Amino acid sequence: LAHGAGGKATHTLIEAVFLEAFRNPLLAPLDDGALLRVGGERLAFTTDSFVVSPLFFPGGDIGDLAVNGTVNDLAMCGARPAHLSAGFVLEEGFPVADLRRITDSMAAAAAAADVTIVTGDTKVVQRGKADGCFITTAGVGLVEQPVTLSASHARPGDAVIVSGPIGEHGAAIMLARDDFGIEAPIVSDTAPLHAIVAELLAAMPQHVRTLRDATRGGVATVVNEVANASEVAVVLREDDIPVRPEVTGVCELLGLDPLYVACEGRFVTVVDGEHAGRALEVLRSHPLGAEAAIIGTVAAAPAGLVLLRTAFGGTRVVDVLVGDPLPRIC
Amino acid sequence: MGVRVRVEGVVQGVGFRPFVHGLATRLGLAGQVGNDAHGVFVELEGGRGQIAEFLVRLERDAPPLAAIERVTVTSRAVRADGRFRIVASDPSGASRTLVSPDIATCADCLAELADPADRRYRYPFVNCVNCGPRLTIVRAMPYDRPLTTMAGFAMCDDCRAEYHDPADRRFHAQPICCPTCGPTLRLVGAAGDSLAGPADPLAEAVEVLRRGGVLAVKGLGGYHLSVLAAHEGAAAELRRRKRREDKPFAVMVADLAEARRLCEVDEAGAALLTDRARPIVLLPRRTDAAKGAAVGGEVGGEVGGEVGGEVAGAVAPGSRHLGLMLPYTPLHHLLLAEAGAPIVLTSGNRSDEPIAYDDRDALERLGGLADAFLTHDRPIHLRADDSVVRPFRGKGMAVRRSRGHAPRPFTLAGEAPRPILGCGAELKNTFCLAKGRHAFVSPHIGDLEDYETFRSYVEGIEHFAALFDVRPEVVAHDLHPEYLSTKHALGLPDVELVAVQHHHAHVAACLADNGEHGRVIGVAFDGLGYGLDGTLWGGEFLLADLATFERAGHLAPVPMPGGGAAIRQPWRMAAAYLDGEGEAPAVARRNEGRWGQVSALARRGGPAAPLTSSAGRLFDAVAAVLGVRDAVTYEGQAAIELEQLADPAERGGYPAAVSSDGGVLVVAGSDLVRAAVADLAAGVGVPVISARFHNGVSEVIVRCCRMLREGTGLTTVALSGGVFQNLLLLRRTVDRLGEAGFRVLTHSGVPANDGGISLGQVAVAAARDRLGPVSP
Ligand SMILES: [Fe+3]
Ligand SMILES: [Mg+2]
Ligand SMILES: [Zn+2]
Ligand SMILES: [Zn+2]
Repeated sequence: LAHGAGGKATHTLIEAVFLEAFRNPLLAPLDDGALLRVGGERLAFTTDSFVVSPLFFPGGDIGDLAVNGTVNDLAMCGARPAHLSAGFVLEEGFPVADLRRITDSMAAAAAAADVTIVTGDTKVVQRGKADGCFITTAGVGLVEQPVTLSASHARPGDAVIVSGPIGEHGAAIMLARDDFGIEAPIVSDTAPLHAIVAELLAAMPQHVRTLRDATRGGVATVVNEVANASEVAVVLREDDIPVRPEVTGVCELLGLDPLYVACEGRFVTVVDGEHAGRALEVLRSHPLGAEAAIIGTVAAAPAGLVLLRTAFGGTRVVDVLVGDPLPRIC
Repeated sequence: MGVRVRVEGVVQGVGFRPFVHGLATRLGLAGQVGNDAHGVFVELEGGRGQIAEFLVRLERDAPPLAAIERVTVTSRAVRADGRFRIVASDPSGASRTLVSPDIATCADCLAELADPADRRYRYPFVNCVNCGPRLTIVRAMPYDRPLTTMAGFAMCDDCRAEYHDPADRRFHAQPICCPTCGPTLRLVGAAGDSLAGPADPLAEAVEVLRRGGVLAVKGLGGYHLSVLAAHEGAAAELRRRKRREDKPFAVMVADLAEARRLCEVDEAGAALLTDRARPIVLLPRRTDAAKGAAVGGEVGGEVGGEVGGEVAGAVAPGSRHLGLMLPYTPLHHLLLAEAGAPIVLTSGNRSDEPIAYDDRDALERLGGLADAFLTHDRPIHLRADDSVVRPFRGKGMAVRRSRGHAPRPFTLAGEAPRPILGCGAELKNTFCLAKGRHAFVSPHIGDLEDYETFRSYVEGIEHFAALFDVRPEVVAHDLHPEYLSTKHALGLPDVELVAVQHHHAHVAACLADNGEHGRVIGVAFDGLGYGLDGTLWGGEFLLADLATFERAGHLAPVPMPGGGAAIRQPWRMAAAYLDGEGEAPAVARRNEGRWGQVSALARRGGPAAPLTSSAGRLFDAVAAVLGVRDAVTYEGQAAIELEQLADPAERGGYPAAVSSDGGVLVVAGSDLVRAAVADLAAGVGVPVISARFHNGVSEVIVRCCRMLREGTGLTTVALSGGVFQNLLLLRRTVDRLGEAGFRVLTHSGVPANDGGISLGQVAVAAARDRLGPVSP
């Protein structure tokens, strides 16, 4: 198969607009954050904006999401998160009680992640110009291990591991958004991943190639990024991908593939295949990784494609979605 | 005088040069004939009258497989020594000649196969210039033995003599061979171990079948899986191994007489069965032969020696039709004769995967499916599934266009200014390459989401581009952003892209199939396709020519609760259509628990319940309401079964309201669903309700066409889209449109389903390119 024959028509917005406008070597890899050298220290620096509806959902709210999201992006750079900033865009008339609930959970999340929120900003916009509350956080952290992590570092023979069951955040949000009459005990998986990542990196700093939190677009999108950036194939095994039955149920109702559903407390890591067993051991010894699983392997070809060996023995192309998941069956 | 004659078209590998040699010799002409990259060239020296006669007979008496497209005559001095000779091929220059499709064994070869005195008696690979493998063994052009998969077989002296004898039927027959020098048949086990001596693998293979085993058989375009058609247990086991729950299997019968024992075979059906393309022909089962053909016959039955004309229930459960085909290779003839009974011959794959054709791959992929392999050492270079057709109004209507038909080109109504690639859609996909007025539609490729299929799609495009020397400068693709064919198109470097709306492509395919260019009222009824407004279309009335279209009407959009899940579970469409219905019909009770959730999802809309005007989903909703099927295991199953059980004598039809939304007609499909619910509640039988629904759909189609004719003066209607593979609907619609004074175009060469999309895309792109710079 010709190189890149998947015809990747994706992340065009990022590539065409932002990369074009801000072109520089630190931005170019499009990893979760940038690695900087400041006074001999290796710093990771990242930012993220949070827009979620509803603002409060089982397992969390926009507040802990905003803290954990940035903490996790730092963790994915191999950094120990240190300090965060927080910017708020509030819609006129947004209840103060709700804002307090949000800031309380931010404080709790920051404490849990061992970071401090050191600066911030607030803007209020007219009614209708924003959906309640938007939060932007930025963060810096220290990279203490001798690691070089990137989506472009995967090599044939590597193993692909996910840190736990997938799709719970997305499923919880969808259930919270509407009442379909489903009684399913699904809570968001939002959690700070710095500690479990630190344990993995400490155990095998040289053998971890890639870390990625599987947020928007889910595991499928993250793994596609790896396949593209590393110019390798990733072959996933459907049977090995951990999904809770309740999540499968919600996805079945909504016609969604859990591989594309967002997580906020799960990450995908690519590790040297020879050390995959050890990596799994380390992850499973941490409460957030108790159900970690090796879900696939990296192969040389077909470069740029993600394939899924289905439970029935077929091989399906798992591509990045351009937009909403629309049916393709004529 | 001397002339040089150039003949273009399908003129290589079809016995054209010996034909020319014989013709020239009889007319006393001197000179030579040869193949080159453009086709055949002839140099003639002789009297003016003889040359004129030659040119007349050249076109009139050409060999059966030849398709002459153009003859160019230039006068020039010819060096001749009084004789006429055949000269070696000249492989130089750009390839412009056409490859023949694979052709069923001819009568002459069959006679040799059956003649104990012939040196090819019972030889499974007998072929000649009039028959045998073509497209599936060609590696590159020009069509010459070294560039086919026969390259590895060195001709013996006898074959060589025939090959070089202009008077012989095998003169320059590239796949020529015999038991001394050609491929050999083998029977191997699932592990690749030899199961039979070289003496008679056929007898052993048939033993496997008689024991109720599954036999993999290497055919022309790939491997099949076979069981005795009468063996209930074997057929059920084959379903289990293939993971194919309900979709009918095809059956190969020895001859027409045997076909007539199983099915109603009229003149059109017989013509299709014996066509040299030898497709699978979908025919109505004989009702008097119902024994054993009943729905869901008992599983695990045993077969004795008494295998007559019966077909196990598991072969085509719930279907009033059966897909039959006649043997098309010597191997099939021998196998059928040895078995003495019809055999199931279904594609060698697991469901959703492409048919296996590479020997090693076949052994690997089919190892767990087949008990033994009847195979041989002539490689297949290009995968080609069996073609599927059904008779309609005296002629064939393609359901799947593949072996025996591809790559015969379609002739475009207008020249393509630049070479074009049409990427097709997603399921049942094909691609199409066009150059000048030739449009080469690939053999059926399949569902691109399967990686092996996707790979063969990408490789197939490369292979065809080289074979036909078409380097696409214009690439036409669907609007659906998630189709892998769309993504493939967008990833091609240095081409001009043309996005073609799915249903415009359907209508254009119907136009191209009929050699027309419009403007027409196009009725495109299918599962769904991406619309200009980002919703999913599928019950469309378009005012269209090849270059442009306007959406003039459609079914009223309804949500598809759960997107793709609503396709797999037709009861969800019933929930969407019956939203707010007070009386809970049976379908709601059957799906209690989920019904409320899905109704809520439908009401909410949004990305998880996208809007669609699909006609296929309307059929699904009615099928679910009637209890025909709540969930499907293959595409279109609910609608197919709904059609199967309709009472053909019922003439009544449900009315559906047509309103206007800013001049665009909107058809209330929900009226039809509600009428079905009401009749069901009133105790009307399901066959009558199904018929009334079908009749209602065709009536509202005709009503919309009349309204559009009033506004536009257009009197031709083109019917396309997979829903028109429903023969009851097609028959009713064609009849009523005819009665209303319309001229009606339907499909024949390419299927009405998405297998025709690539041709439609090419027709649209060519027409737009003729108008000037292609607009995106
Ligand atoms: Fe279609
Ligand atoms: Mg992020
Ligand atoms: Zn022959
Ligand atoms: Zn020979």
